[in-house]
Amino acid sequence: MILKKLKLPAISFAMALFVCGLLIAFSDPKVLALRGNPLEMIGKGFSTAGSAYWALFRGSIYDPLLAEGNFWGGFYPFSETLVTASPLILTGLSVALAFRAGLFNIGAQGQFIAGAIGASWVGFAFEMPIFIHAITAMATAVLFAGLFGGFVGFLKARTGAHEVIVTIMLNYVAAYFLLWLLSTTAFLRPGRQDPLAPEVRQSARLPHFLGSEFRANLGFFIALLAAAAVWWLLNRSTWGFRFRAVGANASASRTAGISVARVTTSVMFIAGALAGLGGAVQVLGSEFAMTSGIGGSFGFDAITVALLGRATPVGTVFAALLFGALRAGGLTMQASTGTPLDLVLVIQALVVLFIAAPALIKGIFRLKNVESGETLASKGWNG
Amino acid sequence: MSLELRGITKRFGALTANDSIDLAVADGEIHAILGENGAGKSTLMNIVYGLLSPDEGDISVDGKVVRIDSPLDALAVGIGMVHQHFMLIPVFTVAENIVLGHEKTKGPGILDLESARKEILRVSAEYNFDIDPDALIEDLPVGLQQRVEIIRALIYDAKVLILDEPTAVLTPQETDELLKNMKKLKEKGTSIVFITHKLREVKEAADKITIIRRGKVVGTASPSASQEELASLMVGRPVSLDVDKKAPQLGDVILGVKNLSISDHTGRTLVKNVSFELHAGEVLAVAGVQGNGQTELAEAIVGLQEHVTGSVYLDGKDLTKESVRDALHAGIAFVPESREEDGLISSFSIEENLILDLHDLPPYAKGPVISQRVVQDEANKRIAEFDIRTQSSRDPVSSLSGGNKQKVVLARELSRPVRLVVASQPTRGLDVGSIEFVHQRIITERNSGRAILLFSTELDEVIALADRIAVMYRGEFIAIVPASTSRSDLGLLMAGVKP
Amino acid sequence: MERLMSEIEVRSLSAPERRRKRGVITMGVLGAFALLVFGIFPKGGEQVTYSFVLGNEWILIKEWIIDSKTGAIGFAIASLLAVFVATLQFKARKTIRLASGLFGATFLMSFLCWAAAGKFVPFTGLLQGGLILAVPLIFGAMAGIISERSGVINIAIEGQLLAGAFMSGVIASLMQSTWAGLLVAPFAGMAISWLLAVFAIKYGIDQVVLGFVLNVLVIGVTNFLYGKLLIPYQSTWNSGGTFDIIEIPILAKIPVIGPIFFAQSIIIYLMYVAVIVIHIALFKSKWGLRTRSVGEHPTAAESVGIDVNKVRFRNVLIAGAVAGLGGAFFTLGALGAFSKEMTADKGFIALAAVIFGRWSPLGAVAAALIFGFADNLQGLLTIIGTPIPSEFMLMVPYIATVIAVSGFVGRVRAPAADGVPYKRGGGSH
Repeated sequence: MILKKLKLPAISFAMALFVCGLLIAFSDPKVLALRGNPLEMIGKGFSTAGSAYWALFRGSIYDPLLAEGNFWGGFYPFSETLVTASPLILTGLSVALAFRAGLFNIGAQGQFIAGAIGASWVGFAFEMPIFIHAITAMATAVLFAGLFGGFVGFLKARTGAHEVIVTIMLNYVAAYFLLWLLSTTAFLRPGRQDPLAPEVRQSARLPHFLGSEFRANLGFFIALLAAAAVWWLLNRSTWGFRFRAVGANASASRTAGISVARVTTSVMFIAGALAGLGGAVQVLGSEFAMTSGIGGSFGFDAITVALLGRATPVGTVFAALLFGALRAGGLTMQASTGTPLDLVLVIQALVVLFIAAPALIKGIFRLKNVESGETLASKGWNG
Repeated sequence: MSLELRGITKRFGALTANDSIDLAVADGEIHAILGENGAGKSTLMNIVYGLLSPDEGDISVDGKVVRIDSPLDALAVGIGMVHQHFMLIPVFTVAENIVLGHEKTKGPGILDLESARKEILRVSAEYNFDIDPDALIEDLPVGLQQRVEIIRALIYDAKVLILDEPTAVLTPQETDELLKNMKKLKEKGTSIVFITHKLREVKEAADKITIIRRGKVVGTASPSASQEELASLMVGRPVSLDVDKKAPQLGDVILGVKNLSISDHTGRTLVKNVSFELHAGEVLAVAGVQGNGQTELAEAIVGLQEHVTGSVYLDGKDLTKESVRDALHAGIAFVPESREEDGLISSFSIEENLILDLHDLPPYAKGPVISQRVVQDEANKRIAEFDIRTQSSRDPVSSLSGGNKQKVVLARELSRPVRLVVASQPTRGLDVGSIEFVHQRIITERNSGRAILLFSTELDEVIALADRIAVMYRGEFIAIVPASTSRSDLGLLMAGVKP
Repeated sequence: MERLMSEIEVRSLSAPERRRKRGVITMGVLGAFALLVFGIFPKGGEQVTYSFVLGNEWILIKEWIIDSKTGAIGFAIASLLAVFVATLQFKARKTIRLASGLFGATFLMSFLCWAAAGKFVPFTGLLQGGLILAVPLIFGAMAGIISERSGVINIAIEGQLLAGAFMSGVIASLMQSTWAGLLVAPFAGMAISWLLAVFAIKYGIDQVVLGFVLNVLVIGVTNFLYGKLLIPYQSTWNSGGTFDIIEIPILAKIPVIGPIFFAQSIIIYLMYVAVIVIHIALFKSKWGLRTRSVGEHPTAAESVGIDVNKVRFRNVLIAGAVAGLGGAFFTLGALGAFSKEMTADKGFIALAAVIFGRWSPLGAVAAALIFGFADNLQGLLTIIGTPIPSEFMLMVPYIATVIAVSGFVGRVRAPAADGVPYKRGGGSH
């Protein structure tokens, strides 16, 4: 059963890697220079792409070069993957949950930033005992981001403003707000001029769990916990029942007495809160200080993660681990082979594209029993 | 022009919608195709009109076999069609709709509507249709919209005109006019094929009747056959057309509606000043042609309409400002008009649909948690009680037939403690067996002391079930009359003629 | 028989009227705000200089110097007058569009008098810059309208713009010819919209998700190639240059209007043509009728023999071509070279312009001009220095978009079948 479910994502991933391999090869002038000699060109192409992908693996799972003397030391990249994946799981859950309720939350980026601001502020501006500090910081992050997201839901419920446009715009507002914040004295690290917030105090940081050489921290377990909570919410609770109902058929839900407005607002609040928790984990678990780039590409990635994970909590976790690995490995790939990190974006987009067209894959490979899985419901502006 | 179908077969996966159908329409004949909902009549006509291709069989016009792969082909051989759900674009004008697909252009592709306008006025005058070529379709009443469809077929020289359930949206008076026009068309040489499930019209207008059941032709008849004979052929077993109903035993006033007015979001009045009272143990049927405010009135009682003035009382409590949820839980069962869109969530399972409005109440939920076991047990009980044909309560509701889907809606609504049942077109699109079930259930509820507010465009259904009849016209209750009122009087009221 | 009670006239406000009422009240509040904050409170004593000369057009007025406080108060009062007119229009149940436009202009002038106190405002340049910033929005909006009127949501406008920008910049550089780049641009956009068409129309994938993923794909590929080829080998791959400004004789000399509209590059002149052609075609031609029919009621269109999916497919390709051409503006019309993600989400603001303009080409152009002007104004204010922090000024276009799609459009009606994939034979059974 599980193997059947994995067939389609696996093939999509393989195809994406293949297409990107072509991209790597044919954008390399050394490969292009061998135009006259096809066999040599293919060979060079293979080796160029191959070394890029090997670097990808080395940067995300296991690096023999780091294992000198200590076998376990080679797993540093894997720990990095976990660190990258933790906020990704949370932002992915944010997008996935919204999808299930029929909403497209492109604002995970802005909500992430809102959460990061909250966590960072509580982290460096206050003194508190050890557990309480981290929990308060995370709670603040959840509150800020939840309100930010809930606002979008409220706007949609009240005025019908489509969340795609509103969230994209608000992402920019959040980014600029962060920039401004980092120029105020309250948020500037003493002694520095560049936009860098003070470090969060030790008492607020999330502890490591793989030993102090590795950066993997409690944030990973918080993310897994959140995934479990979202699963329970969607499949076992009355709230989740309403979310799924509205996502499947808002009109029938309304006729049965479910308040679509209330669902829209609360889903966006929770989605915002999840993304904000991601921001908190990023600040309290690995970065420790807020910069203007704290949002990274988490917003983008969250959407591809949710799509790959078919908007289910379990799928989101696995998709986040995969794309987290790509991101972590991509840094090494860029550093050691000069292949721009953006290749990872292309891989992600292609995987999602191939997954979304099971018919296309079936056609290419003449597969019979690929499990299609429902594609997400089509909704227009009128929906 | 004569039309002949031989051995037409069409399959959709495992379902055979048309099974080796033979049909012969003579030149200048009005030929009725009779069958209940789901029998395959519309599929057949879609094949003749080129919207679908048959798997087997052929079509001949005037003795010659023709290939019809698209509506353009059909028009080219002289077949025109007036659809059950009009194929008109609401935001376009009459002229724009008629030229669509056959546009004349001048210059670099610029539309030329002049000749179309002239043609429309000519045909319109010939049949006394009174159509303004520049009117927007969405501004025209339904009867006029149908005429636009007919004009379109005639302008393109249709010699065979197919009418798919043409009277579904007409008042009895408009129906009479349509039947008269059909006879006029026949005199001018046009053959007519009309599809219906209404026995009365078939006997009035048709020269010959072909009966289709479950995709097969089960016989032909002449209009002199009795309604019972025709109904039995349609359904395949003896059918009694009466519903067994005792005299009503009236109780207290359950529903009170006072000066209710509803407008849409542009300010247009849809329902004007409706007032009435409904007692326990009686059925008040609201008759009227589709589009006179019934849908909105039904929704407003439950709280689904936004721009409402006036008041709605249930057992003396003012419900007007309450939410839909509160109205439902105060004791209203609501069967919406469109079960696919508003009544059920297709991708949800049967058991989930059964708790759509009860999901957060005991015993289905304990606090915020849904009790899966209780949900399943209760679902199985309902499935048995309402005879819903399904493998498992976990199957998606989309796997059910129309009749069974409606049973799910009924099962859900009637498992709550309920004082008032509001049913909007509850038997639309259902097969006769399911219709009988729904009618029976309504009477049972009425006999148990519930108040029933039934909205129906089917006059036969209204007459069979009602204790009192309210006729709705242009948003008002033009009159509330006893159930013994004659058909023709009801027809006059439905057309807006005040007593 | 029970008789009906006598009629009571029920007069409730319809939604457009309530929206107008909200609009009038908001304008009134803003007008009062302008009067107080821009006019009465500040200490005054400084002057604002508006310059109206840009290039070598004929000169009507060279400059207008006005005392900041007087100007602010004067324009604020004018804006309140506009509100008064709007109220009259509202009472007469007529549209308040003209009055709102007047209000917007006077409120803006009042704000400028306050914000630019003691400074120099190149007014014609301000308007011209607004038009220039609106160009990609207008191209994008046209693409969005063609696609959506046919019933296909096109979120991939951003990707189509970026693809056009990239290909035009690269080809122009490789062949050292801006014309070559311009020629290629529409095809680049079409390539992306072809993907959209195939997946959305043939496979019925959710169009919003699909558009978004296509955008990510284009960003990824262009960023990748930018890093791999355009930066290291810049002179070969990324030095395409720009088109020269072409001044239309006589028209370019008209004071104020001339330099804004008639002294631009070929791309902008193409844009004028495109807008006019598209508007006329959409509402008066055979193509337009079929396009709109397919977007409103595809089943009805099919019943008269129109191949719904073929029409949609072709139109999505056309839309991609238009957007691709608009993308060329970033490189060949402005920067002269490609840079990472240079479209900066303008594709999404173009979509907002489509909604704000109610899916009408001229309406979308008006919306795009407003957005472009707001964007340029923010840039100017940052340069001349204003009391408001620059980061907040940068937020302005985005906040404006949010307000546009939520407050003042109301619940608009998109083409009825927008976003819903169509299967053949979708008629009644």
